[in-house]
Amino acid sequence: MSIDKVKAEHHDDASNDSASGMDRKTVAKVANLARIKITADEEKKYAEELSGIMDWIEQLGEVNTDGIEPMTSVVEVKLHERPDEITDGGYADEILANAPETQEGFFVVPKVVE
Amino acid sequence: MTALTDLTITAALQGLDKGDFTAVELTDAHITAMESNRHLNAFIVETPDLARKQAEASDARRAKGDAGLLDGIPLAMKDLYCTKDVQTTAASKILEGFKPQYESTVSQKMLDQGMVMLGKANLDEFAMGSSNETSGYGNVQNPWKRENDETVLVPGGSSGGSASAVAARIAMGATGTDTGGSIRQPAALTGITGIKPTYGRCSRWGIVAFASSLDQAGPMARSVEDCAVMLQAMAGYDAKDSTSVDMPVPDYSAALTGDIRGLKVGIPKEYRIDGISDEINSLWDQGIEWLKAAGAEVVDISLPHTKYALPAYYIIAPAECSSNLARYDGLRYGQRVTPEGGNLNDMYEATRAAGFGDEVKRRIMIGTYVLSAGYYDAYYNKARKVRQLIANDFKAAYEQVDVILTPTTPSAAFGLGENTDDPVAMYLNDVFTVTVNMAGLPGMSVPAGLDKNGLPLGLQLIGKAFDEGTVMNVGKVIEDAAGFVAKPQSVINRAA
Repeated sequence: MSIDKVKAEHHDDASNDSASGMDRKTVAKVANLARIKITADEEKKYAEELSGIMDWIEQLGEVNTDGIEPMTSVVEVKLHERPDEITDGGYADEILANAPETQEGFFVVPKVVE
Repeated sequence: MTALTDLTITAALQGLDKGDFTAVELTDAHITAMESNRHLNAFIVETPDLARKQAEASDARRAKGDAGLLDGIPLAMKDLYCTKDVQTTAASKILEGFKPQYESTVSQKMLDQGMVMLGKANLDEFAMGSSNETSGYGNVQNPWKRENDETVLVPGGSSGGSASAVAARIAMGATGTDTGGSIRQPAALTGITGIKPTYGRCSRWGIVAFASSLDQAGPMARSVEDCAVMLQAMAGYDAKDSTSVDMPVPDYSAALTGDIRGLKVGIPKEYRIDGISDEINSLWDQGIEWLKAAGAEVVDISLPHTKYALPAYYIIAPAECSSNLARYDGLRYGQRVTPEGGNLNDMYEATRAAGFGDEVKRRIMIGTYVLSAGYYDAYYNKARKVRQLIANDFKAAYEQVDVILTPTTPSAAFGLGENTDDPVAMYLNDVFTVTVNMAGLPGMSVPAGLDKNGLPLGLQLIGKAFDEGTVMNVGKVIEDAAGFVAKPQSVINRAA
């Protein structure tokens, strides 16, 4: 692997049609799933940038992963268990302390349904 | 007499014990340094009043013979650690004004050992970055400059504020976090020492989460010995973190014997990359000679899947971050933006659009994409399989060797704006460090030399799981052999 070669190849990829299908429509869909509002200009910008990144990631296809289990955790630990007892809680004020808007111990939000 | 701000933590603890100076004097000296170096923008929030109170309490404790491991030592706390009643932003606008009602486990452990907190150190937003150019609170400057060149350089990232503060002798040490290299890379670029412990060694409870299977807390300081003292205070099992490992914390300082006779050091051939400067390869060769001279046996090894670690990381880390950052919705804490007449969904979308920076948005979107229906198997599962292969590479290597030596970064510190056109170019800064997070192993960077422009370069030690002792012991051998005493010009000028 050559760093300059990766940078150069990547630069070429970014200016061509993307192999990874990160077009504006996909970006709009993803932004919606991620609940981030983006403008039309941003859609275009992110489509270019994300295509570049995804094209670079495509090289993972070169790796033979037959018979390999996807890793869940780097460290093999048995999860600790504890008795089912209440050991925490009772400080609603602290939980509400940083809220943008509260009322009588509740978080206040804009209407959910009309 | 050495300026108080020039002391190591170890020397300062000795000075405090002998009564050469008080914790208040030591803290005042560092508060002055912090106030006169604001151009570095190393801190998001300064906490001098709190620091002075903590220093006074420290002197009182020491007088009673109750001093802890870090008693009276002024440190910088990366603004990713929740600190009770002190603003914690993760360098994001979305958390501006957020004051945690609890203390992170690691910072609490450090407070229990008597540390003094100077302030919350700046970082890349949500720990996403390698140059501290993505912070919502401004870039951080590296106190180092190229010889005869006034170009402002980056300190590396994401723990850029922490690194800059320690290198500039504003703080004696700092906490960092490391997900893909964020302790080791800035340590290398600022000529200081930093260690990312084994995944699960330190608790992540109360540290703003970026990528839960990769994040790890760790110390940054000006010597291996200092890192050992800090790690002693930071490490340990925490029942509140289900990924925390219940293993006793060994005596790290005692592990620094300097004796590595017979130790086997692996040199992975895949880390000899085309396009990396000769200086970095020469420094690596120099490191090999130093370890041989100390009696270690050098063994050539192969980590065949090295080149795939970065692209696999850039699937896994964004995937995990897209999940971890879903909580920033303006509902329970942080900034909220409600468009006129907007409903709940509009609030979510507007809040997140306004509060997150570009790099964070990019990574959330990549993460969302690779986890979405139809792509989960092709990307996320594929990346996790590649991750298993990377971990297997190290496991196989550790049947032949005890520790691995590599360069820390592909280059010395670069100028602000030099790598920001192309996200991938920036990502390549972590090419040597990211494998270690993928395998969950401990990794340390030690300053080993200067490049032709007078900028620091680091060497990296990678160890077996939970073998931080060996990693730091070998790090100490490198440190002693390298004899790195260079300081940033600004620090030299201050003392003059």
